[in-house]
Amino acid sequence: MDVIQKQFDDFPGEVYQDKSGHSSIIITQIDRFANWARSNSLWPLIFGTSCCAIEMMSAASAKYDWSRFGFEVARASPRQADLIIVAGTITLKMAPVLKRLYDQMPEPKYVIAMGACNITGGPFMLHSYSVVNGIDKIVPVDVYIPGCPPRPEALLHGMIKLQEKIKNTKAYVIEKPKK
Amino acid sequence: MEQHIESHIIQSSDDEFIINVGPQHPSTHGVLHLQLKLDGEKIVDLRPFLGYIHRGIEKMSESLTYKQFIYLTSRMDYLSAHINNQACCLVIEKGLQTEVPERAKVIRTLMAELTRLASHQLWWGSTGLDMGAVSPFFYAFREREMILEIFEETCGSRLTMNYCVPGGVMNDIHPDFVRKVKQLIKQFRENIHEYDELLTGNPIFQSRTQGIGYLSKEDAIALSCSGPVARASGISCDVRKKNPYDAYDRVSFDEIIATEGDCFARYRVRLEEMKQSMNIIEQLIDNIPTGEYRTKIKGIIKLPVGEYYQRVETARGELGVYLVSDGSNKPYRIKFRTPNFSNLGALKPMSLGGKIGDLVAIMASLDLIIPDIDR
Repeated sequence: MDVIQKQFDDFPGEVYQDKSGHSSIIITQIDRFANWARSNSLWPLIFGTSCCAIEMMSAASAKYDWSRFGFEVARASPRQADLIIVAGTITLKMAPVLKRLYDQMPEPKYVIAMGACNITGGPFMLHSYSVVNGIDKIVPVDVYIPGCPPRPEALLHGMIKLQEKIKNTKAYVIEKPKK
Repeated sequence: MEQHIESHIIQSSDDEFIINVGPQHPSTHGVLHLQLKLDGEKIVDLRPFLGYIHRGIEKMSESLTYKQFIYLTSRMDYLSAHINNQACCLVIEKGLQTEVPERAKVIRTLMAELTRLASHQLWWGSTGLDMGAVSPFFYAFREREMILEIFEETCGSRLTMNYCVPGGVMNDIHPDFVRKVKQLIKQFRENIHEYDELLTGNPIFQSRTQGIGYLSKEDAIALSCSGPVARASGISCDVRKKNPYDAYDRVSFDEIIATEGDCFARYRVRLEEMKQSMNIIEQLIDNIPTGEYRTKIKGIIKLPVGEYYQRVETARGELGVYLVSDGSNKPYRIKFRTPNFSNLGALKPMSLGGKIGDLVAIMASLDLIIPDIDR
């Protein structure tokens, strides 16, 4: 069955119509529902290698309390995680481990690069021989949080930005049937 | 070459099997990789693999000037960042033969003790987490956040402060510093009984730590352990007492020594050290001398040719900075004798013959910081 996308001025979402004119508006509502569920229960994988991990722990503690936004179910296994917060320097020896952990996570998966080391190499960019200059060379990064180490508020801000990003993407991609 | 590699990997027979703990494992507090040979639940052999967070700080320091390399050391043992900076500043001042103003000495000592308090509080919280108790973590961070606020007001940063500079400290203390520190000490003294109620007196915690991970005095000396790990085995090794630096010669405090040598002794030593840190802070906070907080030092520091060594007591043990100067504006060679590297050596004698579940308790009692091992 051939479907075509229709635009309506009074309706913000996407509407698909088949040849007989039946609209299936519900698809957009499923998108919104799935994104609402996904963005409000992001389960992070504990992946702290150095200093930023301490600020990540601060963000989990009572003063900053990231469970207000649904991030508190931190998992030690990549199989149960939606999100990997890379907190700390990634060296050349650690890079294959990070890639493997990322590959083990189920879809949909997101990456937050926390700290200057993960964005460009940070203080170790110029003179060090063993630091990966930016983890976006290994895994795709969704949100970058600068700082050395970033404050817990910055981490929360980054996580909220990721929620916004998830809310504005399609939860299910409809592949149009081939003619 | 192949033979060389094979000799590093543990060989197993039919009855035994090998598991890898780490490099991504929550109980290793970072990226330590341990290979264990198990016979049932018993640990038969253990081998740590290092280098997963080796950033080459020692080598990097050779291409940075004296003022620049100090900030790298706060990324080494990030929980005692200020004490690492202090050690580097002391070794440079030793080379320059400059006298630090009294005010700067006291401020440095105060900051170092606050850092030790914050570090031990985090250790206490994470020990609870490792043992399966979640609430100690939140109690520990309640006071820790107060300390971090004090740091932030004075130094501008929460964790890696870079407050020490050669010749003194970066800037003067915040006007609210004294009031807030007094408030912190008051609140912490009122709350420290909760620490005992939550973990120390807990029968589950006691049975998981008492008699577990025994380290004899001879082993501790042979492995050159330092800090609370060595003091729990009955060795008097506090650098603040043995070789006082900055303002430690004018304060009186007890060196906490236990003789049991198990995980619970190491736990008690750290808990008592927190109280001693508060004693030191209370003695200094009312008599901060007035005057300059920094002596003027030339923009480009050039140390005379020679070798310099300075040791300090971080929250985890003895940190030694060995610096070789060739007269230029950059250090010729820097070697850090870090406490965690030596303390890691004690992991094998502690855990051999024990159960694999006890390994988590032993790791928690060692309080390892992996970037300090790999540097």
